[in-house]
Amino acid sequence: MAAHLRFHDLTLGYDRHPAVHHLTGEVEEGAMLAVVGPNGAGKSTLFKGIVGLLAPLSGAIDRGLGVRNIAYLPQLAEIDRSFPINVYDLVAMGLWRRIGAFGAIRKMERERIEGAIATVALTGFERRPIAGLSGGQMQRLLFARLLLQDSRLIVLDEPFNAIDDRTAADLVALIHRWHGERRTVMAALHDMNLVRLHFPQTLLLAREPVAWGETGHVLTAENLMKARRMCEAFEEAAAECAVAAE
Amino acid sequence: MLIYDLLVSPFAEFEFMRRALVGISVLAVGAAPVGVLLTLRRMSLMGDAMAHAILPGAAIGYLVSGLSLFAMTTGGLIAGLVVALAAGGVARATELKEDASLAALFLISLALGVAIVSVRGNSVDLLHFLFGNVLALDNETLVLIAVVATVSLLTLALIWRPLVLESVDAGFLRSVSRSGGPAHIAFLALVALNLVGGFQALGTLLAVGVMILPAVISRFWSRDLTAMTVSAVAAGIVSGYCGLLMSYHAGLPAGPAIVLVSAVIYCASVLFGRCGGLLRGLVSRRHLEA
Repeated sequence: MAAHLRFHDLTLGYDRHPAVHHLTGEVEEGAMLAVVGPNGAGKSTLFKGIVGLLAPLSGAIDRGLGVRNIAYLPQLAEIDRSFPINVYDLVAMGLWRRIGAFGAIRKMERERIEGAIATVALTGFERRPIAGLSGGQMQRLLFARLLLQDSRLIVLDEPFNAIDDRTAADLVALIHRWHGERRTVMAALHDMNLVRLHFPQTLLLAREPVAWGETGHVLTAENLMKARRMCEAFEEAAAECAVAAE
Repeated sequence: MLIYDLLVSPFAEFEFMRRALVGISVLAVGAAPVGVLLTLRRMSLMGDAMAHAILPGAAIGYLVSGLSLFAMTTGGLIAGLVVALAAGGVARATELKEDASLAALFLISLALGVAIVSVRGNSVDLLHFLFGNVLALDNETLVLIAVVATVSLLTLALIWRPLVLESVDAGFLRSVSRSGGPAHIAFLALVALNLVGGFQALGTLLAVGVMILPAVISRFWSRDLTAMTVSAVAAGIVSGYCGLLMSYHAGLPAGPAIVLVSAVIYCASVLFGRCGGLLRGLVSRRHLEA
């Protein structure tokens, strides 16, 4: 099976401080992978590296597909909620790679947009300004936009934070649908029950990979304890990495 | 006949009044949409700083070749863009936030501009630089204003989608396209262009008025971007018309009169505006069923 993503001794970070340290491994096409770990474990940093917003400090990421075929949902999406734009227009921007800056939205596009809005149960909200949406409705909107992006790899950074159970259940169902369509999904999550219930594979990260594989084998009490200890050991004034110097 | 004398005859009788009305209206068509996006992108202060920055640029043009429209316009345009880009650069390279460097740069520009004009000109010239003279628009200036409005509308049509998406969700635009940066630069150029257009009519200190005030007013009347843009243009034209009448009948200087009319509309909008006006909140106290 083709690997969608391959990490070669990947180190990502800010200002020379590594936030993801010496990660090697691959994500297979069609995988449904949870990325878990304490705060500061490097989950968001890893995702930024995958979508190309952050260049590696060392090592490399091989993408089996172009950066343009990756859909990315950032944590606390940096959306200006007071901007006067309505639900329909913002969802429609998921078609950017199809319509670009000038392409018209014709009947076929309109049907796809309406379909995506219906899938996330926001029908009736099309003309509402985004300023009036609740947190859950906003996340539904962003999932509708992801749907339209129609990407082979979907990267979700803590998609269920501050979202009620009903909305989370609906969105998890959407992720299962993507999995069924053999898309690759990676999601950073904190809710271990949700991971155990829905995600076959897990990467436990604590700046360095602690364990990676079948969820049942990764999420053991021992591994989780180890991850917490490794994150607490982070030093502000770290020496130069010995492995990198070799 | 009284109404005719009050509202129409100043324009029917005097050519300079007609020219002023045409100039201000065309200016509003280009500047108001730019202003709407400027305020939505939280860049009002940037508009202010660029307006001031035009002064030394235009003043250097004036030093080199006297009251030549071309020299002053080019000088102003370059200076406006330099300040916009410099503020962004300083903010990225140092700890100083962009608004702080803008505040610094516009004070420097104002002082520098006044000093340069005073080297060669007299106090009448200086007043012209600071407040413009909307009642003395010659053909050249009217053409300049028309070109500015045309270029603005065409450019906005080209960069509208990336510009709007960058304002709402810059991270998403970055993940699907590289057009955010070029759109931003083109937009800054449009701001400078419109300020230079407004400079001849209203001077450096008030040129930003036709850009920002109508945009702020429109915010109180609509929550839809297209409707906001249209109402901002309308507010700009109405301010121009009423301001010119006020200056004619009351003998006030035209530029300040136009901005003052905008200010009155602004105050009325803050109080009575359909979207978030203060008195609206008091009147419709009872909440809805759902």
